[in-house]
Amino acid sequence: MELTPKTLLDMLYYMKLTREIETRIERKLYRQGKIVGGVYVGRGQEAIAVGSCIQLEKDDCICPSHRDMGAFLIRGITPREILAQYMGRKTGLSQGKEANMHMGDMQRNVVAFVSMLADTIPVAAGIGMTYKMRKQRNVVLCYFGDGATSRGDWHEGLNLASVQKAPVIYICNNNLYAYSTPVEKQMAVKDISIRAQAYGMPGVTIDGNDVAVVFKATQEAIQFARNGGGPSLIECKTFRMTGHSAHDDVKYVPKELFAEWEKKDPILRLESSLLRNKTVSEDEVKRLAARITREVDEAVSLAENDPFPEPSETLQGVYSDQTAEAPLTFANRFFHR
Amino acid sequence: MAPVTYLEAIRQGIWEEMERDSSVFVLGEDVGIYGGAFKVTEGMIERFGDDRVIDTPISESAIVGAAIGAALMGMRPIAEMQFADFISCAFDQITNFAAKCRYRWGAGVPLVIRGPSGGGVHGGPFHSQNPEMHYVHTPGLKVVAPSTAFDAKGLIKAAIRDEDPVVYFEHKFLYRRIKEELPEGDWIVPLGKADVKRSGKDISVITYGAMVHLALEAAATLANDGIDLEVVDLRTLMPLDKERILDSVKKTNKVILLHEDVRTGGIAGELAAIIAEEAFEYLDGPILRITAPDTPVPYSPPLEEFFLPKTSDIIRVARQLVAY
Repeated sequence: MELTPKTLLDMLYYMKLTREIETRIERKLYRQGKIVGGVYVGRGQEAIAVGSCIQLEKDDCICPSHRDMGAFLIRGITPREILAQYMGRKTGLSQGKEANMHMGDMQRNVVAFVSMLADTIPVAAGIGMTYKMRKQRNVVLCYFGDGATSRGDWHEGLNLASVQKAPVIYICNNNLYAYSTPVEKQMAVKDISIRAQAYGMPGVTIDGNDVAVVFKATQEAIQFARNGGGPSLIECKTFRMTGHSAHDDVKYVPKELFAEWEKKDPILRLESSLLRNKTVSEDEVKRLAARITREVDEAVSLAENDPFPEPSETLQGVYSDQTAEAPLTFANRFFHR
Repeated sequence: MAPVTYLEAIRQGIWEEMERDSSVFVLGEDVGIYGGAFKVTEGMIERFGDDRVIDTPISESAIVGAAIGAALMGMRPIAEMQFADFISCAFDQITNFAAKCRYRWGAGVPLVIRGPSGGGVHGGPFHSQNPEMHYVHTPGLKVVAPSTAFDAKGLIKAAIRDEDPVVYFEHKFLYRRIKEELPEGDWIVPLGKADVKRSGKDISVITYGAMVHLALEAAATLANDGIDLEVVDLRTLMPLDKERILDSVKKTNKVILLHEDVRTGGIAGELAAIIAEEAFEYLDGPILRITAPDTPVPYSPPLEEFFLPKTSDIIRVARQLVAY
């Protein structure tokens, strides 16, 4: 895939759509009590998921993290499905069993994230090994944050993927904080990409807020993987322009840091460059924004009117061939015989 | 047909499934040229190639994680834990990822995690454990623990064909100590079905794994005294065959729960609760447990002998219970 004006416009659309849905979720629906539990968004990091995932082929696969909504959207998960998932509705991808971005669909080759960070690192290796066994030229994009790189599974998974030459592109959004812990308290290395050397794979550090840069670095790694070269690690330097979650007042981040990264906002950067070189007009930008607002309005309204699951659905879906027993089954039978 | 050991039965089961279905493959530590620490995968790499018999780094979590990834893509991985003790290193992948995929987002993970468990071979604290209950306690997993060559082969084949993640505990003490003639052809032992290994009328001994053989030995001795034990082999710990368990208790009215696992949190406690709840009015005596003590598995022969339940324990307890 070439970085054509069309691709750039598509990326602008997905980044802005991500921003709009996440803003509604974090700053409206959550505060209105329409979304309960944990809310984790990727504000400021949109270029990473979008710039990488946009170039995948149908049979490729992604293992996104909770801050990669753009990757879900590109794989065809709809705003309505995302919002229904967040609102615990039957129409969400997990049918109410799971929260927020913890969703997947193997029909669309999207693996659901788990809260134990880095668990998808070896899982992605296994998917890549499967492509190899089946002699398919497909690749896996596996996303995670800086925090995940401290877990053992991250290291085990990268090592196994490299030994097996699994076609996986490991994409780190280094947003400088793991919850409240700054990166210098997480690791003694300056760049996470240097760890790639330890596992014998290429590793690069790039500007994660420049979608064209993300696109090109991923493109190179995808080509390398499709040609049998094995996995790569791409570290995208970025910043989390919000708290760890919606309830986090984020007092531990100096205000100057937010101000500094505000200027590097990936959406503003792409938009102004497209305006500057006249790929789009002011008018087209306005129309795009209006279209996105309309799409999200519609998705919110559909999701809000979607049904909740039946309470007894709690018991279903644990196994392929049996339903769990309700807690009082025997007692009820015993006293009513 | 020549008699087949318990170990060879597992090997045959895996081999036949790999012949039958090209999506079945094996991964683990030393499973390739070396054929596995106990030789369960011996000869497989020559037959099926290193694409389907994959030697891995010493990374149990990554072994299971990779197996999950492959299973999500429709493969049928069999992940070997060199010793079942090492499965703890993969606990998170098994209990949080594999076990919950179907429930969380409807994705089947048809994989088998297998390895040798159990004591009696002086393996010490890290080569003798019975870790099955960690997995029985995790909804989404099926847990298997065969006691005979016939069951071992039939259950491994059923486990490989199952749509859910199965943790399959082999008992290393039985690997080469028991053998039997096996039927020809393609057959399985379905998961979730207990088996009455000896029918009797006085006391039900409900057990699994290597302890089945101790119960049968005890039953043979006690038969001389006119005490008739029924030996129920669970074969699958999850799902539990409640019907077969309750039928046996309702017939004999007395029950001994026997396992090699430690006492607290062992399956005996769960069985006792089920029996107390659902067969209370049939009981003619206390529900008794014979288990290992709540300690790690010790190494020195006199200590390990003390740790493991013995045939003489079953005989003594059965005599007391029958007289109650």
